[in-house]
Amino acid sequence: MADHTPTALTLDSDVAVGRVGEDRRNSDAVLPAKFDLQPRGEGGDNSQEWLLTCSGNWNIGGISEVDSELQDLDLNRCKAIKIDSTRAISFDTAGAWMIERLRLEAQAKGIPFEHVDADERRSQLVEVIEQKKVGGKVEATGSQGLINQAFDNLGRATMSAAQDVITACYLVGASIRGPQMKAGRRGGIRLKSIIHHLDQMGLRSIPVIAVMSFLIGAIIAQQGAYQLRYYGEELLTVNLVGILHFREIGVLLTAVMVAGRTGSAITAELGTMKMREEIDALTVIGLNPVGVLIFPRLVALIIALPILVVLSDIAGMLGAIVVSDLYIGITPQQFLDTLQSGISIRHFFVGLIKAPVMAVIIGLAAAVEGLKVEGSAESLGRRTTAAVVKAIFAVILVDGLFAIFFAAIGY
Amino acid sequence: MAQAATANQAQVSPRNVLLSVRDVKVSFGPHKVLKGLDLDVYNGEILGFVGGSGSGKSVLMRSILGLINKDAGHVELFGEDYDSLTGADRLKIDRRMGVLFQHGALFSSLTVMENIQVPMREYFDLSQRLMDELARVKLDLVGLGPEAANKYPSELSGGMIKRASLARALALDPRLVFLDEPTSGLDPIGAAAFDDLIASLRDTLGLTVYMVTHDLDSLHAICDRIAVLKDGVVLTTGTLAQMTEVDDPWTKAYFTGKRARYVPK
Repeated sequence: MADHTPTALTLDSDVAVGRVGEDRRNSDAVLPAKFDLQPRGEGGDNSQEWLLTCSGNWNIGGISEVDSELQDLDLNRCKAIKIDSTRAISFDTAGAWMIERLRLEAQAKGIPFEHVDADERRSQLVEVIEQKKVGGKVEATGSQGLINQAFDNLGRATMSAAQDVITACYLVGASIRGPQMKAGRRGGIRLKSIIHHLDQMGLRSIPVIAVMSFLIGAIIAQQGAYQLRYYGEELLTVNLVGILHFREIGVLLTAVMVAGRTGSAITAELGTMKMREEIDALTVIGLNPVGVLIFPRLVALIIALPILVVLSDIAGMLGAIVVSDLYIGITPQQFLDTLQSGISIRHFFVGLIKAPVMAVIIGLAAAVEGLKVEGSAESLGRRTTAAVVKAIFAVILVDGLFAIFFAAIGY
Repeated sequence: MAQAATANQAQVSPRNVLLSVRDVKVSFGPHKVLKGLDLDVYNGEILGFVGGSGSGKSVLMRSILGLINKDAGHVELFGEDYDSLTGADRLKIDRRMGVLFQHGALFSSLTVMENIQVPMREYFDLSQRLMDELARVKLDLVGLGPEAANKYPSELSGGMIKRASLARALALDPRLVFLDEPTSGLDPIGAAAFDDLIASLRDTLGLTVYMVTHDLDSLHAICDRIAVLKDGVVLTTGTLAQMTEVDDPWTKAYFTGKRARYVPK
């Protein structure tokens, strides 16, 4: 260690300049921080003075070597401590902190402490860290007991669910009032905006919903036919597919798809606008953000979803017709005749009447979550996920309630 | 007082070139932004970089940092050709640089404390306790109290974001710090405090500072040298007093206009 040239006595600052810098930089990895403890004076514990000599790289790259050793140093065993960091190759705030930490410990125990370094700027760095020290502890993020935590979470979840419902009610009310200019102009219905959203939510969803419904219709027909064949009643497949798809599957699948596709988009759009203060800007200009942003989306959804359900029904029947023809030998003509004679039109309406309700649920869930977005990108992602999950859950729940209702009235 | 130390230091420290930019050209499509730009940054100085909006100040900073591809030219950092370096050699250089982006660019899903620890965690194998302690030291250095440590960036004020972001830039004790409009969006008192902070950190940590700024007060208070970017090249460099004598309409307007009332004539 003694062979360090005087150039090594600098703060790490000019290390990087020129050739010397290169050698020194490589030494980061080679020479970790070290220290040498020399007890001086007579006698055993408590009567010695310690001289702690630093060597190696006392910077962030090498400091972990001595960190725990310094931490474990029992200062009670000495009378006074002196640290000499002159021979450390490099020295940065990490090294300075080690010295400051020892100083704090020595101070707490009332032991005289001294730090020397031939380089003025190194001593200055240690002093600055001492001076800049802001009191107080970083608050530990509170850890409660497991049971408390469970109740805590349950309570929060319940309260936030209740709050969501209230917000949704506000949104319904506020949307009905429309854009609501401050100047008294009510603005009326924003047809252009509604048509734009119809295009986004309706027209562009058609391919994926049609293909999906076609496949599901085909699969149900195939599975149904194989089971009903045991009873020799293949023709009942038509009734099975028809009733199941018209009443439940068509609307449910479409709603789930729209929740995933459109609901998430609504949350992301509103959330981003909230983050960028665009919603605040609307309010300041005198527009009702709910009327301008949420109402057109809700209206577009309420119009688009029933249409998509009808298209889903048609695609599903097409899938069933193809499979019946190929696998079971029911001709398309036979299929359609059976469908008309075997199934009442009410099954179709039962499915259709649910669509606008589901549209409102999806739209509100998405809007409520979108308005809850805060400053961070993470919060946007979390809210979008929550919007989709809540929308799908609510859609299925409501579908179940409808099923109970229609069973009760025998429709 | 900071200024006296500044002048003193400028004389003492050798004129080592820490960053050297040679003949850098950058264009976006047909639009040429930088047209063969040369610039030197010396060890231990605070360089203020000015230029009109859209003149390419940020483009230069980003191309030095390798965030934008250059059409031509060299960037030498710490005496090494930055572009030709790969792998570990490049990382060594990266470790010696810190960047304060204009809007802070703190990771929004992490707390201030965790933000500061990101570079430490990536480069070194330190214990969590040590990283916590070092992050606290950095927070102390930039003047943020412990109450800010566990906050998320969205909960911080503009000045606190700048300070927290500076703390992250200082996490590895860099030698060269790039500051992109550090005082923009701060009130004059906050901006002055930030200037003092930068000057004092330069003195204690031996930083070299490359600062893009529009703030005449910061240029006056802490910058050793000023570089003016105009028409894709560095028009002139020098002290603030020298700037007022430059024979260029834009520079004249900038340094002797109404807002430049504090610039010594």
